[in-house]
Amino acid sequence: MVEYAPYPDATQPAVNSERYFRTSQLAPSQPFVEAPVTLSEITGPLFPREGVSPDEADLTGGGKALGQLMILAGQVRDEDARPLPGVLVEAWQANASGKYRHPVDGRDAPLDPNFVGGGRAVTDSEGRYRFLTIKPGAYPVPNSGNWWRPPHIHLSIYGYAFMSRMITQMYFPGDPLNEIDSIFMSVPDAGARSRLVAVPDTSVGLHEHALGYGFDIVLRGRDQTPMEDGGPAA
Amino acid sequence: MSLTPTASQTLGPFFNYALPFNADLTGGGKAEGRRIFLRGRVADVNEAPVRDALVEIWQANAAGGYAHPLDKDDARPRDPHFSGFGRVLTDAGGGFSFTTVIPGPVPFEGNRWQAPHVSVAVFGAGLLRRLRTRAYFPGEELNADDPVLAAVPNGRRALLVAEAEDGGYRFDIRLRGDNETPFFGD
Ligand SMILES: [Fe+3]
Repeated sequence: MVEYAPYPDATQPAVNSERYFRTSQLAPSQPFVEAPVTLSEITGPLFPREGVSPDEADLTGGGKALGQLMILAGQVRDEDARPLPGVLVEAWQANASGKYRHPVDGRDAPLDPNFVGGGRAVTDSEGRYRFLTIKPGAYPVPNSGNWWRPPHIHLSIYGYAFMSRMITQMYFPGDPLNEIDSIFMSVPDAGARSRLVAVPDTSVGLHEHALGYGFDIVLRGRDQTPMEDGGPAA
Repeated sequence: MSLTPTASQTLGPFFNYALPFNADLTGGGKAEGRRIFLRGRVADVNEAPVRDALVEIWQANAAGGYAHPLDKDDARPRDPHFSGFGRVLTDAGGGFSFTTVIPGPVPFEGNRWQAPHVSVAVFGAGLLRRLRTRAYFPGEELNADDPVLAAVPNGRRALLVAEAEDGGYRFDIRLRGDNETPFFGD
């Protein structure tokens, strides 16, 4: 049987946080309703690997984007440490100047025509994903005083269940902005925060070309659906 | 070995160029069942629209079957034209709209049934976590006996029942304040 226990509270951000100014308008004031987990929650959308082209894991236009080229690679597993093949990982980020390819990002910083800014990958039979990208720049948060987001990469992940669906951000080791970032610091548990920080990993880099960073992801769930090689069993 | 799930982080405002969206779950009208729209508005504590929120839905097909290996009951067959999954972005008015079908009832434990429902999740800038809820349909007999709806405090249950409109249903999501949408623990 598949099991989805509630998230351990301190390892996830609080729903309401004084550190993050908009939650007072947006976050629910009522406690969450505790309801049974049913077939509707232990199932969820699946994404066959054939649906995503390997080219979509390159955000750099074949290495032409400005900035420090990097490989972001990691393994997606469940709480029982089982690798999860066939998981869709989507990534998006600012360019090397800290500018997003997005109309709402009105800051006066250059766009890079060679930087796509977003990509997708589906995990292989060992649950591994890999992106070629550049290290993003820090950027100021509008109307926030003088808060700058540390360099980070946004990641969206679909497991095999509506319960395991997750969106997170990956941070870079040693950046002094991490410790003063309201979003990073919204996770109370220091160990859980440290797992949002990628680890330099030369074994996944490209020799004399792109620095490697490892970032493993753990999705909620135990005793997952049996999977055929490379993806969910039909 | 036991691992702790990765911490979630806010969606942020700057994502919509990077993600594909899918507002039509019916394969352009080929799916079995009664085709409807399911639309609504995401609003904050001041009833102001929340734009650029990500709204995702997951539901059974018209026969009550999920397109997933954990659901294999021949009485509720798969529909090859119905994926069950949709994802859209709210517009400047906080609005979202899906084209879908009314799902069939879905089994619960012990020969009980769940009323037709759509699982809904909201992500957004300013939300540190995903918010998970459900949309039910008015006039369904099974609503009275639905095990998940029954977990919602009595006075708030009606907030999870969509309103019939011409051609479909409206399900407004009020994140906070008066008539706040009930959300389920994650
Ligand atoms: Fe960002």
